Amino acid sequence: MKKFTYTITDPVGIHARPAGILVKAVKPFASTCTITKGDKTVDLRKLMALMGMGIKCGDTVEIAIEGADEDTAAETIEKFFKENL
Amino acid sequence: MITAKGKSILKGIAIGKIKFLAKKQAEIKENAADPAAELKRYEDARALASEQLQALYDKAALEAGEEHAAIFEIHMMMLEDDDYVEAITELINSDGKTAEFAVKTTGENFAETFASMDDEYMKARAADVRDISGRMVNILTGADTGPADSDEPFIIVAEDLAPSETVQLDKSKLLGFVTRLGSTNSHTAILARNMNIPALIGTEISEDWDGRMAIIDGYNSCIYIDPTEELLRTLDEKRVRDLEQRAMLQQLKGQPNVTLDGRTINLYANIGNVSDVGMVLDNDAGGIGLFRSEFIYLHSATFPTEDEQFAIYKKVAEMMGGKKVIIRTLDIGADKQADYFNLPKEENPALGYRAIRICLMQHDIFKAQIRAILRAAAYGKVSIMFPMIISVSEVKQAKAILEECRKELLAEGKEIGEVEIGIMIETPAAVMVADELAEEVEFFSIGTNDLTQYTLAIDRQNPKLDPFYDSHHPAVLRLIEMTVQAGHRHNCWVGICGELGADPTLTETFLRMGLDELSVNPGGILSLRKIIRETDLGGGKAAATPAEQEEKPAETPEPESVEQTKKKKFSLFGKGKK
Repeated sequence: MKKFTYTITDPVGIHARPAGILVKAVKPFASTCTITKGDKTVDLRKLMALMGMGIKCGDTVEIAIEGADEDTAAETIEKFFKENL
Repeated sequence: MITAKGKSILKGIAIGKIKFLAKKQAEIKENAADPAAELKRYEDARALASEQLQALYDKAALEAGEEHAAIFEIHMMMLEDDDYVEAITELINSDGKTAEFAVKTTGENFAETFASMDDEYMKARAADVRDISGRMVNILTGADTGPADSDEPFIIVAEDLAPSETVQLDKSKLLGFVTRLGSTNSHTAILARNMNIPALIGTEISEDWDGRMAIIDGYNSCIYIDPTEELLRTLDEKRVRDLEQRAMLQQLKGQPNVTLDGRTINLYANIGNVSDVGMVLDNDAGGIGLFRSEFIYLHSATFPTEDEQFAIYKKVAEMMGGKKVIIRTLDIGADKQADYFNLPKEENPALGYRAIRICLMQHDIFKAQIRAILRAAAYGKVSIMFPMIISVSEVKQAKAILEECRKELLAEGKEIGEVEIGIMIETPAAVMVADELAEEVEFFSIGTNDLTQYTLAIDRQNPKLDPFYDSHHPAVLRLIEMTVQAGHRHNCWVGICGELGADPTLTETFLRMGLDELSVNPGGILSLRKIIRETDLGGGKAAATPAEQEEKPAETPEPESVEQTKKKKFSLFGKGKK
């Protein structure tokens, strides 16, 4: 399992559009990808659940990736966070 | 004539017949006999909805740009959302519900979740879930979607407009819209701004209005049904002037703010949020003269962290691309309260524990903000401005804390930038000691709202005091003039960032006083530029070029005394405007 934490710097947080792009970026991978904020964890493939977390600028989240392609998946997803969020 | 009040999204006038959009409530049957058949109906409806959304995406991308079309892509993804699909199929399969009932119920449940979030933006997303669910229900029940075509231009009146409905409207016929629901953050509001059509939200509407003549007055935030001939004529003239004016102002983009006789002044914009920066750039402001940082505190449930603030300031500095960004430090207290500050209730909050007074007593709050500003300064041209100053010692203390932060950041190896330091002049006390203050800072920005309140001892919130209130009171104008003179004696530039700065009847006076900058709402920049460019101060000599003028206190043409100017210019205008 791969894990990383990230603090959101985008002033609007993970709102609809970035959430949509994030879900899209995760879709191609076979691994399970989850995002955790506080005591809430949701599947990164679930757009509405992700939006429902209300992740804001300054929030620190943990991303966990587990599965056959976890290395490439983790790399791609981490890059996505750094560049977009 | 009926008048209804609302909240205006765009200043403008629209005149035309009303088209009332009644949402057709199709009969929805709850229980079905054959789950497999219902499931098939649902899947077909979902496929068709997806196709429709793709078409809407293409249409919106063409009309309003990719940025605004993105919502329909999100809608398509929502349609396919695992949890959403699962909840619907569950209702059909296990509970034996019809496809339309399952979709409607699930949509409502998801919308409720969004609506209950404490984030305004996410709250507004409830409308998106209802929109996609409604779309599928309409397909399933065969209800008609969207308004019928019309030959005449019309004003849309509706309970609420879903983004997909706004896009489906024939733009060439759409004059404006009025809704009872909706928020200023909704896509519909954003689209209205983007398409430049007047719109009102939060208006008590009535179905009886259908087909009647109406005027949306975006300036007064109201709609008139069956307006009188006279009102119709007056507002139509205003509408025509608006259009001409708008076209003319667009021509002024990229032009310098220079009077006929060569005096230049900087025109900056006031903002209260990151999202305002787009407007600042659109209206060609020379910089941001007042960034009200308190929105960060007011929108937060607890003290915003240094990193959180840094991200916001950095973003604004970068978006402004090297143009000046003046960040006013925390101005909380009085009418702006955040619960977590735990400020006790005061008898006289305007004269109470607020702004710099809080910062100088609670260093941890102040330092988090200063550190964030210093770090953001590495990414653009950033100035820091302290509010509510009454004495030199406060400025010295604030500067000492700034210096402490700078040293700490350097020791931590953090990247920081140079910041220009200034203060707000908004108390008569600050004006009286302006010479001493000017030795401490590089600029003054006059906050005319508070300066007027403290000078005239008039509370603007109290309508009973209107007869006594004069925004052009000579005392206030004299204080402004004294501030400019004191600032210039010490090589300190002086600007105005209060409401008075945007008052077109005072622009010439301010130019004569020698103000170096006026900071106004982004929408006011170009009209002010126009006035400046039409003003002749009779100086005759060509002043410095705009490039040289930037930053330096302007060469002041011999100022007329305030009285003279006032007599000449203001007798026409009498009472101050709201």
